[in-house]
Amino acid sequence: MSPSIVRTRRDTLGTSALRPDGGAKVQGSFAFSSDVWADNMLWGATLRSPHPYARIISIDTSEAIKIAGVETVLTAEDVPGQLTYGLIESDQPVFAAGVVRYMGEPVAAVAADHPETCRRALAAIRVEYEVLEPHVNPEDSISGSVPPIHPNGNLLRHQRIVCGDTTVTGPVVVECEYEIGMQDQAFLGLEAALAIPDADGGGVEMIVATQWLHEDRKQIALCLGLPEEKIRLTLGGVGGAFGAREDISLQVHASLLALRTGRPIKMQYSREESFFGHVHRHPAKIWVRHHARNDGMILKIEARMVFDGGAYASTSAAVLINAVTHIQGPYRCANAVVDGFAARTNNPPCGAMRGFGVVQACFAHESQMDKLAQACGLSPVEIRLRNAMRTGDRLITGQPVESVAPVERCIRETDAIALPPQMTSSPHELLLPGGSGRTADRQHITRGIGWGVSIKNLMYSETFDDYATARCRLENGIVTLKFATSEVGQGFITLAPQIARSVLGIDTVIVDPMDTTIGSAGSTSASRQTWMSGGAVDGACRLVRERLFEHVARQQNLDPLQLEIDDTDIIDTRGTLRISVSQASAGMTFEETFEHHHRPTEDLDENGQGNCHVAFAFVAHRAVVDVDTELGLVKVVQIATAQDVGRALNPLSVLGQIEGGIAQGLGLAVMEEILMVNGIVKNPSFTDYLLPTALDAPDVVAVLIEEPDPQAPLGAKGVGEPPCISVTPAIAAAIRDATGRAITRVPVRPSDICL
Amino acid sequence: MSETQIYSLRVNGKLRDVTDAWLGESLLYVLRERLGLPGSKGACEQGECGSCTVVMDGVAVCSCLVLAASAVGADITTIEGFTDGALTDVQQAFIDEGAVQCGFCTPGLIVAVHHLLDNTPRPSEMKIKEALSGNICRCTGYGRIFAAVTRVIEQRAQQ
Repeated sequence: MSPSIVRTRRDTLGTSALRPDGGAKVQGSFAFSSDVWADNMLWGATLRSPHPYARIISIDTSEAIKIAGVETVLTAEDVPGQLTYGLIESDQPVFAAGVVRYMGEPVAAVAADHPETCRRALAAIRVEYEVLEPHVNPEDSISGSVPPIHPNGNLLRHQRIVCGDTTVTGPVVVECEYEIGMQDQAFLGLEAALAIPDADGGGVEMIVATQWLHEDRKQIALCLGLPEEKIRLTLGGVGGAFGAREDISLQVHASLLALRTGRPIKMQYSREESFFGHVHRHPAKIWVRHHARNDGMILKIEARMVFDGGAYASTSAAVLINAVTHIQGPYRCANAVVDGFAARTNNPPCGAMRGFGVVQACFAHESQMDKLAQACGLSPVEIRLRNAMRTGDRLITGQPVESVAPVERCIRETDAIALPPQMTSSPHELLLPGGSGRTADRQHITRGIGWGVSIKNLMYSETFDDYATARCRLENGIVTLKFATSEVGQGFITLAPQIARSVLGIDTVIVDPMDTTIGSAGSTSASRQTWMSGGAVDGACRLVRERLFEHVARQQNLDPLQLEIDDTDIIDTRGTLRISVSQASAGMTFEETFEHHHRPTEDLDENGQGNCHVAFAFVAHRAVVDVDTELGLVKVVQIATAQDVGRALNPLSVLGQIEGGIAQGLGLAVMEEILMVNGIVKNPSFTDYLLPTALDAPDVVAVLIEEPDPQAPLGAKGVGEPPCISVTPAIAAAIRDATGRAITRVPVRPSDICL
Repeated sequence: MSETQIYSLRVNGKLRDVTDAWLGESLLYVLRERLGLPGSKGACEQGECGSCTVVMDGVAVCSCLVLAASAVGADITTIEGFTDGALTDVQQAFIDEGAVQCGFCTPGLIVAVHHLLDNTPRPSEMKIKEALSGNICRCTGYGRIFAAVTRVIEQRAQQ
């Protein structure tokens, strides 16, 4: 830990203000969406397909409905509105109709008086399937060698980037194919919602854990065949998200059950169901060839990137665009030919996860940088410094990087962090690779060091206007903020009052419940809420401040433009007035709403050219690992990092994002993978899907690079995604350094090291 | 629901009647859904994540793995039993050190840390990591959690 955490008198911007929900969370009284209930409520549950690909011959629910305590059973025939939903493309059935396309696809839902009754009802539904051979190879989707498994076809998107002189070659050429496994977001708070039907059956109120209330409402309304205003959503406490709550999971099912039974419905997934109930990080295969000069300067990048989107589109099209536009990494490159494909298969659907397509691209480009370094006789640090992108450089899409781009500084400041001490001759058993299994032999342990540097776009891309709305009310010396921004744990609930305190000089700030009674805040994803909702809160507070200054100026016969906030006072810059904001606003109410829009972006053309992204953030990671080369076990000892944050509005929150993101990147590097055999998921549990524990966590030494971004409303860049991106290739590189193995896939398995 | 039974559990010092409960219910389910104590969280149903940690007769257990009806006669302390309004030093340190993000793992961790420090007042760094390795946190990467525990140990040592 390096950023200094300073406590101050007022929790304004730049201080490490503490979470306002912390007290409730440490006492167990914070209401997560799984904790809410209603009188007379029923439990809802989902029947899912055991097959990756099958025709449904028949569904017989007659035995299920006879079970005492079962109130209703729903199938595709009971969906009153649109039969499908989806974030970008509406291609996913609410319930499978005629065909199931992935293992775990919903087929029916029940409502009953007890979770155990639900389980028995699901077991009593008879579904006759004609099992089909699943199509699980994305290359078959690209070549068109298998019949379409969906009316919309098997290719979700193809995007090409052609940039500069494609005939350029270099004296140094390095190439390789890389593979990235399917990672799960594995938030702890399982999917849960309470749906309460209106008395007249014409609408639904829902308390739900989600990343984007308004997008959920839109999709629910379409499937229910109701106007959006008849669906009212309130954010329930969210136990983490990491992208997995961007798509609909149980929202439509719970609403349908509530309307059908006329009773409140509580639904919550088990961990196993959660693995089937949300999208995952795309597994990918990426071939890259770099051409460079003898001094290591990159001349051209060629790449072919194949992303397995699974059975339904979700956000695959956007994930793919992030992948192809980030394959150059944070390095200058004038010439490129890139082909990217997102393919439909009978694997589980993939979509948003922290890093969103850039994680996969980064593993490939950073592995290539090390190959290039080796070929040119340079160190991993030197090759990266020589090619480091600077503000104003053009991406292979032609887009100029207008964001502050302190890539060189990220690398140098990471390099300056002290390396950890060498392992002692008789280390504590828990410090050995493999930990308490005590199988590692000190004689077989070698240490390695590796690097990773990344560029990540912030906000949504390709002409999408992902605005955010906020309202500020100043009344009797108290500020009340209202927005629909999903607080998923990241800390916007802390930041928003900090903004209001800084702008308005008022310390008492109340945040109203997040719900759909105000305009959209967009999704809590793409590292965007500090920038977008932060910009909206800042804008609303500034409008209120203008009204307040006008009021004070009228009363005091002053020029409102000469007034400003000094700590908790309003002062006249000519020195004639000092009055506390509370006093000045006594008896008055000022209320303003503000929508923050980022600058417009463009679509990519057929050659992948266009200013498709809004802004960028950068980060460097250096990993130190100890590897038992005989057993293939890895202990990540230390991660050093310097991250471009623009401006640290809450250093403690930033550090939390950095340490948490690093742990997830470590998971992808050496532990976490959803294993599939012919479309069948083999490890949908926390027993078999391994997450980093306290013993796996490395020491993290972090430096915050603060160069405020003039484009950002508060100077701050998003900090959520960058920490988890280049840490994965850094760890993989460290394992290469320790073992001399090629390591072309993550997660790195023991067999990749020792066999 | 058939197969029901009436029994009593001693939770946070009070004897609580459980009526009309299906015998297959876990202690976690009974605490959350029947006794109005939702502070213990369920996240894996397999004793892997520790979110449901409670103390039973002096031992930290995953309440998802305990059959409620088998806990008759045991002394059970849940997260709700650690406070009567005022925060404990562990709870305050979690807030102050930024050890709370989404907060879903937090109640289980608070119970686990109290249990650790009750039994081992001055644990080593490795002992802390080992003791908390049964509580998964997906948000923080554990750094702030270690800082919180360290702060409590230092504060208690000064008292």
